[in-house]
Amino acid sequence: MNTINKVNTEELNKIMAKYDYQKSYLIAILQEVQSIYRYLPEEAMIYIGTKMEGLSPATVLGVATFYAQFSLDPKGKYEIRCCDGTACHVRGSMPVLNAIRARLDLKDGKFTTDNGLFSLETVSCLGACGLAPVVMINDKVYPQMTSDAIKVVLDTILQEENK
Amino acid sequence: MSEDKKTLFIEGKEVEFTDEPNLLEVIRKAGMNVPTFCYRPDLTQFGACRMCVVEVEYPNGRVMVNSSCTMPPEAGIKVSINSQRVRKIRKTVLELLLTNHDRECTTCEKSGKCELQQYSEEYGVRKIKYPTLTKEEMMEIDDRNPSIVRDPNKCILCGACVRACSEFQGHSVLGFANRGSKTVVQPMSGRDLAAVDCVFCGQCQAVCPTGALTIKSNVDEVWDEINNKEKKVVVQIAPSVRVAVGEMFGLKPGENTIGKIYAALRKIGFDLVFDTNFSADLTITEEATEFVDRVTNNGVLPMFTSCCPAWIRYMETQHPDMLAHLSSCKSPQGMLSPVIKEFLPKYYEGYTKDNMVVVSIMPCTAKKYEAKREQLKGETDIVLTTQELGRMIKEAGIDFKALEDEKADSPFGEYSGAGTIFGASGGVAEAAARTAYYYITGENVTSNDIKEFRGVDKNSRSKTVEMDIKGTKVVIRVVSTLKEAEKAIQEIKNGTANFQLLEVMACPGGCINGGGQPRSCDDIKVKEERAEGLYTEDKNLELRRSHENPDILKLYAECLDGKPGSEKAHHLLHTSYNDKFKDSYKDIK
Amino acid sequence: MELNIDIQKEQEKAQEQIKEQGFRVLVCGGTGCVANGSLKVMEKFRELGASVSTLSSHDKMTVIPTGCHGFCEQGVLVVLPEYHTTYVKVKVEDVEEIFNSHIVGGEPVERLLYTDPATKQHIKKNDDINFYAKQTRTALENCGKINAESLDEAIAVHGYEALANIIKENNPDAVIQEILDSGLKGRGGAGFPTGLKWKFTAANRGGKSYVVCNGDEGDPGAFMDRSVMEGDPHKLLEGMAIAAFAIGADEGYIYVRAEYPLAIKRLRKAIADAEERHYLGKNIFGTDFSFVLHIKEGAGAFVCGEESALIASIEGERGMPRPKPPFPANKGLFGRPTLINNVETLANVPVIMRKGAKWFASMGTETAKGTKTFALTGEVNNTGLIEVPMGTTLREIIFDIGGGIRGGKKFKAVQIGGPSGGCLTEEHLDLPMDYDSLAKAGAMVGSGGLVVMAEDTCMVEVARFFMNFTKNESCGKCVPCREGTKNMLKILEKIVKGKGELSDLEVLEDLANTVKDGSLCGLGKTAPNPVLSTLKYFKDEYLAHIVDKKCPAGVCTALKTIKIDAEKCKGCTKCARTCPVGAIEGTVKQPHHIDQSKCIKCEACLSNCPFKAIVKE
Repeated sequence: MNTINKVNTEELNKIMAKYDYQKSYLIAILQEVQSIYRYLPEEAMIYIGTKMEGLSPATVLGVATFYAQFSLDPKGKYEIRCCDGTACHVRGSMPVLNAIRARLDLKDGKFTTDNGLFSLETVSCLGACGLAPVVMINDKVYPQMTSDAIKVVLDTILQEENK
Repeated sequence: MSEDKKTLFIEGKEVEFTDEPNLLEVIRKAGMNVPTFCYRPDLTQFGACRMCVVEVEYPNGRVMVNSSCTMPPEAGIKVSINSQRVRKIRKTVLELLLTNHDRECTTCEKSGKCELQQYSEEYGVRKIKYPTLTKEEMMEIDDRNPSIVRDPNKCILCGACVRACSEFQGHSVLGFANRGSKTVVQPMSGRDLAAVDCVFCGQCQAVCPTGALTIKSNVDEVWDEINNKEKKVVVQIAPSVRVAVGEMFGLKPGENTIGKIYAALRKIGFDLVFDTNFSADLTITEEATEFVDRVTNNGVLPMFTSCCPAWIRYMETQHPDMLAHLSSCKSPQGMLSPVIKEFLPKYYEGYTKDNMVVVSIMPCTAKKYEAKREQLKGETDIVLTTQELGRMIKEAGIDFKALEDEKADSPFGEYSGAGTIFGASGGVAEAAARTAYYYITGENVTSNDIKEFRGVDKNSRSKTVEMDIKGTKVVIRVVSTLKEAEKAIQEIKNGTANFQLLEVMACPGGCINGGGQPRSCDDIKVKEERAEGLYTEDKNLELRRSHENPDILKLYAECLDGKPGSEKAHHLLHTSYNDKFKDSYKDIK
Repeated sequence: MELNIDIQKEQEKAQEQIKEQGFRVLVCGGTGCVANGSLKVMEKFRELGASVSTLSSHDKMTVIPTGCHGFCEQGVLVVLPEYHTTYVKVKVEDVEEIFNSHIVGGEPVERLLYTDPATKQHIKKNDDINFYAKQTRTALENCGKINAESLDEAIAVHGYEALANIIKENNPDAVIQEILDSGLKGRGGAGFPTGLKWKFTAANRGGKSYVVCNGDEGDPGAFMDRSVMEGDPHKLLEGMAIAAFAIGADEGYIYVRAEYPLAIKRLRKAIADAEERHYLGKNIFGTDFSFVLHIKEGAGAFVCGEESALIASIEGERGMPRPKPPFPANKGLFGRPTLINNVETLANVPVIMRKGAKWFASMGTETAKGTKTFALTGEVNNTGLIEVPMGTTLREIIFDIGGGIRGGKKFKAVQIGGPSGGCLTEEHLDLPMDYDSLAKAGAMVGSGGLVVMAEDTCMVEVARFFMNFTKNESCGKCVPCREGTKNMLKILEKIVKGKGELSDLEVLEDLANTVKDGSLCGLGKTAPNPVLSTLKYFKDEYLAHIVDKKCPAGVCTALKTIKIDAEKCKGCTKCARTCPVGAIEGTVKQPHHIDQSKCIKCEACLSNCPFKAIVKE
């Protein structure tokens, strides 16, 4: 296996080849890379930046840091997206967010739990405004959350994990 | 053409326009101006700084504010360049930029040349209503390379450097990162420029409106050496410097001030003054010899010129598998310094290899890096750019314009017209062609002016010249900017290249537009005028061919075993290159 | 042009197939209802349907997963079209009862019917539910009524009929004229006449050009595009194909935000299905008209809703807006002429082409024709997605369709058009909703997000919220937006913390106006709207924060105090036990006291006090 640090270059080559090394598919390529590593390792970005025509490591990083979806730090196995869009905000998304932080012991600035199980981010609309406030964990939407309800959701996941 | 003539109104004045790319150029042509940070005529329009906003009234009565650098001129529109509305926007933009700016102006390298400083003064910004940058928010300055200092605390995110790096060099060492108010311009992950594959061409700082990217100054070291009684300080001046430094003293671009430069350098205190044009001639004799040798003895072709250090670094980091294409000749700077150190003691008393300090004055920031190359260590001691020379002249209190012309010192001061045109894109190839023709045929070219090589504007960044040397067809490709060089390399890689010699200068238009030259990024005509200055000198010189330079012939006779390409010449005037592919970005690639 | 199919016959065939499904049970499969468990509900219905063969009518039952009905808050929604009955808040446990009682027995289940919040009556017929009764659906006409994943069901409800006819007639200019005559304007925000955009792009016919659908619905509080993509994807595809035919494009992109995985999945399936039967792709209906569609997923950047930023993003770059001119119609995607319309706009196209420009223009107002979808959210009883004729008043929307304010609170404001829009007040309730009148009032239709706010919303905090949003979403390219939003936010944060000074208001307003005037793109030009509109209509709240150091709505933490009314306090100690920071002291049966230096104003005690002895000031 051809690897640089943590990154498997053959895997990266495969992804780039799938999109024919087209610069216009950089976002899709980065999305696939992130789905493998749960973040964008710097090595991967540099590798892509030097392999694809019209790109450089700096431009790849520029794209990666422009879009909120990309993370340069590992995300958790459970990616929690707490909606703080207008509808959720006026219906009390902040208490929900604070409850998540408290339950997972995520103090200021930190967004991934030490065990790598959860990562938390706020997003500005999941398009499920009728169910505000909502929280999305991986691809599942949890409607009409309260600080108590989200604790139950998290506890359930934790129980599953501790089995 | 009369049907092409259309008019619009600027502050009530009717102004004609034809094919100007945008309204801002029409405003300038009409003798007026609007401020801008991000508009650079040689780069794509960006429309980001919003300083050049104007208020436009359309014939249908619609009024709108837009950036003049991005608006195409339209017939009949009424443009206000200084209405209350647009001045208000500009002043607010200035105030907002200053909130994020390290305002230690007096100690800034760009002080006096900074556009942010200039406009803030013009717009009377005296108070900033918003909270400003605190010491804790300041970011680290990167000055850990020989050429360029990057101070993110002075960056106003106009993106000119990002565009220069990408559009000139196709390289994008610098890029935007993050979004919104967290946006920064930086090399990958904020690494040092020295730790990525930056080639130090300095075009980024040439277009930077503020002190965010500046030339790393070595002026103080030069003063120290001059003041050191133990040292003999010897200086050489590159071709392009003579047609540009005058701009810093109110002279016209292209005006050849070499006689005044010699005089000024002596006044500053340099012991001996030589001319890099001399070693440009030396480079040609060596390089033409090498080229003829490669052609006749089935050497690696096409051969690449090797005068441009940014280009060398590009090859070493990007195409290490093709280093054999590079001519082994050192650059003119790289040749003259060891020649001085080696042979000057023969001609001057009191000069030894050890007490001499060789200073070179270059239009180029990458030359500072070249002098530090492993292979060239201890040869050129200090490199100053044209800008630094201008500042030294000012610091020395010299009235540059009033100086009487002087001559360079012997024996490395005499030069041919071929040496002088080295400064413009195509000049090296044209000079080499004159000499190669002679080496192949034993005769001189019928006309020294091979105009196909010339031209430094945007459309002349890639030229192909076919020469018929008495039945031998030689195709020469001339490119400026690494973006064009990369295209030529790809042609070689995919087998479509038809040329035997490739001349590369990394800066658009060549060294006359080098990163170390006086600021000229808002006027595309300047580089044409500078090039014209060089071609005029070439034309007016009696000596037009490098191989006829008597001092060159003397050097070969007295010091270099009699002829170009000799073993001694190889030892002193040629160099080697190494694979730097993995140096940048650690071992990731 | 000669087509290799007869669309009428295809339609009849598809309708026949629907009849063969027997008794149809429509279960909402939109994001909202899926979140509430609709997949399990469907499964249960299918299970039951397979076990019993005698229904009240028909001999067969088919469970159809539909797109979003719009009435998300009442999900899971189950509709029995045969009986015109809608069941709300259906849980998997309720399915058996609905099945046995209604589907088999013909007797509706009262308790699962929608209850009118005003009359407390159970509503039996769909059409009698105010939420639906007052709507006129064009773009959403099939959402919730068909199987969103079936091409045949789309064909059965006139899908691709307009496209087939247009290709047959082969008069692209006539198509553009029809759209011009309809008066349709861009539904994504700016409200530019769609027909004109088509005309400008069509002027560059001949070379390569593109049709791009903007599905980057980034406005918080808006989800109409998601609903169309999830609920009736073929309508969007047909709209795009019609546009491509009209302007002479053969390739298109749908840019969908990555937050909409279901929409992406359904679109991919719809494209594959349509291409397989040559309704899309190469040689549509056997003619030489081709239209190849790609999907590009966004990656989380609000600014990509701006068309030039969206183009940059499709090209794989940072989504930074580019200066206009040149407009995309002349130089857009990959430097080629490009038509960009948003989802809702394109979804209107097939309907206009089928029913005619006159029909469309008969709805709406003088300057705004047709219908518009709005996402009604916030402190309103019936949240959800609605579609009404342009010019409908806010009062009708909020109080008739929306059923008024929740919990009997008093209406305070409605925020229209997302972060680019403005806040309107009581005095605007009778304003007809169209582009011009809203712009005059300092708001904008935008994508159609309506967030209703009640008396306990602090408008200064709302302005801060939006400014925080735009500051985070500003691309950072132009100075006024990048630095201006940051500095406006700093001032607003100062004010909500009670540290504002009177001079701040002047600086804030001044800066807001300059950002509006000087920014490069629509995001920056509209970013100050929430500030300017709240300053205009709620200046007293700003003054209260600055001068009296009070937050009238009791929202701003720094400006409120939680106190215990000693007279009412019975000393039950519940509050002291609830307090997370131990700020409440007192002995049993004695009035308790809050240590203000410790209190974090979380209000946990307030909601837990059985005697309502705790108050906030």
